[in-house]
Amino acid sequence: MQTLRVLVVDDELGMRLAVARVLSNFVVHLNEEVGGEIHFEVQTAESGEQAIEMMTSQPEPDLLLLDLKMPGISGLEVLAQMRQRNLHPLTVMITAYATLETAIDATKRGAHDFLPKPFTPDELRVAVRRAVKHLMVERQAQRLREEKRQVRFQFISVLGHELKAPLAAIEGYLQILRDGTAGQSPETIQQVVQRALIRAHGMRKLISDLLDLTRIESGQKRREFGPVDLREIAQNALDGVAQAAEAREITLALHAPERVPVVADRGEIEIIFNNLVSNAVKYNRNGGRVDVTIEPGEGGLVRIAVADTGIGLTREDASRLFQEFVRIKNDQTRTIPGTGLGLSIVRKLAQLYQGDATVESEPGVGSTFTVTLDTAAPPPAPVSEPSSGAVPIAR
Amino acid sequence: MTTTERTRILLVDDDEDFLFQHRIQLENAGFEVAAASSRTEAEQAIASFTPDLAILDLMMEHHDDGFVLSHHLKRRFSNLPVIMVTAVTSETGLVFDPASPEERRWVGADALLAKPIRFEQLKREIDRLLAAASAARRE
Repeated sequence: MQTLRVLVVDDELGMRLAVARVLSNFVVHLNEEVGGEIHFEVQTAESGEQAIEMMTSQPEPDLLLLDLKMPGISGLEVLAQMRQRNLHPLTVMITAYATLETAIDATKRGAHDFLPKPFTPDELRVAVRRAVKHLMVERQAQRLREEKRQVRFQFISVLGHELKAPLAAIEGYLQILRDGTAGQSPETIQQVVQRALIRAHGMRKLISDLLDLTRIESGQKRREFGPVDLREIAQNALDGVAQAAEAREITLALHAPERVPVVADRGEIEIIFNNLVSNAVKYNRNGGRVDVTIEPGEGGLVRIAVADTGIGLTREDASRLFQEFVRIKNDQTRTIPGTGLGLSIVRKLAQLYQGDATVESEPGVGSTFTVTLDTAAPPPAPVSEPSSGAVPIAR
Repeated sequence: MTTTERTRILLVDDDEDFLFQHRIQLENAGFEVAAASSRTEAEQAIASFTPDLAILDLMMEHHDDGFVLSHHLKRRFSNLPVIMVTAVTSETGLVFDPASPEERRWVGADALLAKPIRFEQLKREIDRLLAAASAARRE
């Protein structure tokens, strides 16, 4: 419930009292997110001068009902002075003689609507309801714009930090080489160069993930749908990590029908599998397992599960995991490279297929990431959730 | 410490690049270095490593790990010179400068360097603190 402050400015006492009486027990019901139940607190002024004085000495009203013709300064003059003083209550002009010229003039000076005199209580209620709705919708839009702006600032600030760290490291390595402060042993120099390359690679990966994310969110990339075999893509993803897995004696297994034909954008499906499979190896223990399971369901529904026997996640960490730039930092993950964008991308892609990405995990035992896709659904519009604010959401 | 032994430095930072870069530079400068990437690893390292000086990152897994570790080290090895390295100024805009003895006692470090640090600058602080420590021992 909210109470809006209304100021009624009219030189006729009867009019002021009537409006105050009608509005003091009038309630407007709006959607909860816009404002819910709206009540009114009414104040009155008998002249334009008094109205200006009240608006400057007290908190500005939300709504102003302003008579056009009054002795002393007119309603139009009140509007002009309000503008000078940076007062912007939503204003409804009350007038018996609204000529077209005065109407245009008042609108130019910021009036929102007109209420012709004489009016019935119901006409007053209709005009006030309309004004309140406009006011509250405008305020909600303002709140959303502000939230979006904050999310975007936050994103840019985190991104800046993520880009700065590898550059600083590379700078450090180059300085060491230039100044010779680590000696001249070829072995050391080799190590320095190798580490600098790893950091440069990580940064490039971050930027390419960021571009993927931007393309998905903006919906500007043309999605190319065609026949895709999920098994083949899963196998390719596993082949891509085979060497890294072998080095750490991690067993890779694929459980899927001979062929899992669906209609999808091949590039998107590749990103999903590559991210999940590469995580499952990266966050595994030496000698562990990665099990990729593809289960086709009814009418184009597909469930993909990637299970590892790795370090696992606490419930709290799991709840944050799909957010951008969230990487779980502890002794076990510190040396594992990553951009913090992969899972966020996977979830957004799954949502493009009316699906989702989720995780079940037990610390020290392993994690299972599950992605559901509806490949029978018509290609949907780009995700409209402003979850990152990285880019404007546009079709 | 006998003259034939190399001076031992305990280096603790959760930034793998910082740790590696400074370990190889300190080793090249003739020090023996124990590198640890967390407070826990540092506590394990000092079971078999008696440092002559410690270089600690202030903010590791917990924001005050450097402080806590420094107090531990100073209790365990009396008069151990400690250099605190921190990105706190570039991260938060706060400026620490423990100039007075009281401030140094509060920070728990003998010198505080803001990241990014230049190696010559670090080396100068190390030499200064080691010289002061050996003078104190002679007194």
